[in-house]
Amino acid sequence: MGQTLAEKILQKHTDQEVSGAGQIVQCKVDMVLANDITAPLAIKSFTAMGAKKVFDQDKISLVCDHFTPNKDIDSAEQVKVVREFAEKMGVTHYYECGEVGVEHALLPEKGIVGPGDIVVGADSHTCTYGGLGAFATGMGSTDIGAAMALGETWFKVPPTIKVNLTGTPQQYVGAKDFVLNQIGQLGVSGALYKALEYSGEVVDNMSIEGRMTIANMAIEAGGKVGLFPVDQKTLDYAANAGFAGGEAMVPDADAEYERVLNIDVTDMAPQVACPHLPDNVKAVDDTAGLQIHQAVIGSCTNGRIEDMREAAAILKGRKVDPKVRCIILPATPAIWKACMSEGLMEVFMDSGCIVGPPTCGPCLGGHMGILAGGERCIATTNRNFKGRMGSLDAEVFLSNPAVAAASAIAGEIINPAKI
Amino acid sequence: MKVQGTAHKVGDHIDTDAIIPARFLVTTDSKVLGENCMEGLEAGWVSRVKENDVMVGGVNFGCGSSREHAPISILGAGIPVVLAHSFARIFYRNGFNMGLVLLEIGDDIDKFSDTDEIEVDTTTGVIKNMTTGVTVQAAAVPPFMQEILNVGGLVEYAKTKLA
Repeated sequence: MGQTLAEKILQKHTDQEVSGAGQIVQCKVDMVLANDITAPLAIKSFTAMGAKKVFDQDKISLVCDHFTPNKDIDSAEQVKVVREFAEKMGVTHYYECGEVGVEHALLPEKGIVGPGDIVVGADSHTCTYGGLGAFATGMGSTDIGAAMALGETWFKVPPTIKVNLTGTPQQYVGAKDFVLNQIGQLGVSGALYKALEYSGEVVDNMSIEGRMTIANMAIEAGGKVGLFPVDQKTLDYAANAGFAGGEAMVPDADAEYERVLNIDVTDMAPQVACPHLPDNVKAVDDTAGLQIHQAVIGSCTNGRIEDMREAAAILKGRKVDPKVRCIILPATPAIWKACMSEGLMEVFMDSGCIVGPPTCGPCLGGHMGILAGGERCIATTNRNFKGRMGSLDAEVFLSNPAVAAASAIAGEIINPAKI
Repeated sequence: MKVQGTAHKVGDHIDTDAIIPARFLVTTDSKVLGENCMEGLEAGWVSRVKENDVMVGGVNFGCGSSREHAPISILGAGIPVVLAHSFARIFYRNGFNMGLVLLEIGDDIDKFSDTDEIEVDTTTGVIKNMTTGVTVQAAAVPPFMQEILNVGGLVEYAKTKLA
């Protein structure tokens, strides 16, 4: 029997024979990640395990991106714990201050993660690197503390759902819409304990950034990983970012899938996930007219340069509704700089947006964009759980950057084609 | 080990933001996290809980974030066991690592109502509803995870590997 992408990557990292779903395998890991919320607990566990040093100083990433720039004394203390640990252990990839970016945008950009890798992170959106063909998955802090000490961890080999994306998308319809539509079809627990594997002509034509947007939300269907095949585009992206290694990789023709989901994107409208779960998905026109108070364009889902360009194309020459706070957060310093050199910053400022530093802040209701009771937000982020962005009585709608930008201008949820 | 307590039913797709909202993630203190358990579901939820009570979730319990603060907050609230139809993947792994007992019982979850008195044998996975008299059997824990539990959790397991 042939192997799926997930099985292929796991096989490369273990001496055991990967024979199929359900088996537990012990694998070496290529990169171990934690952030300012999860690293303090991982460090606590690491110490409790009696570990004295990390398994490899170059294979640990600590990114202080959630409550930074620090929102209060407690969060500053947490970052201090992480900073001191990084110094003591000689961790190469420690990021804060002017170097910091939203972790899942930062690591691929710096060539720290790439095709064929196993990456484990104490953050559920670690699955983003599946867009680069990496078996990347979120875990808790203690698992990550152990991986930092041992350089290996255990996985249950997941069954795989294949998602075939075919057709030609219309204007203002892209990666975010494909993944929202897929989550709507599968449900938030539809891929529980499973891998998602993507294929089809839409995938072939899609940028690496788009693939990362889709892989990012694998966890929103309950998935362990969201994996894309490694093609020349992936290899070029990884090489340009400075990633050493990586080779082309496709699943075997006779790989076994639990299910195949075919999605023809040709007639798909921009999609919106309505409160309070990411699978409550509707076509944008079915949510049109709902007044909004805030728009957030950023995050590990849609804070990359392509997303900034998409938002700017809508905002250019227009004004954000005076009753709306439109918050733009380019996800890394490099994306910030690109926004400046490409003139996007001027577009954002002229249209009345608030441009902030790279941070995860508003996405998880951390800081810089908390919602009051009765408020409604449209966001390019990944979760719309009740209370996620602030008050339990607020509502979050998820969309692509064009829909969020258009809605900021209209003051209500709107199809970008209609402004 | 046998645990006996009152059931607190919380529904399907209980996410980690409901269990412990992000504003409380500026600490790793289990007492503080416990005092704010389920604050994202309902303000003051934890006030109804007494030591050794049992949480009863539905489908996909613990979905969302990888925050280990979620199982720590449930344990901090005095709840040693969660029963659910199914658990989200990361939460399931975190629960075992933290020593929170998680038992998956599928559709049998409907045999438990809010405020029922429940007795759970965490070793055999046998769950008795003392209020209705119904008994159900939880799905077996995978042997490797049982091994981690047997040595006292992942910290202890890693200790032996590092020694």
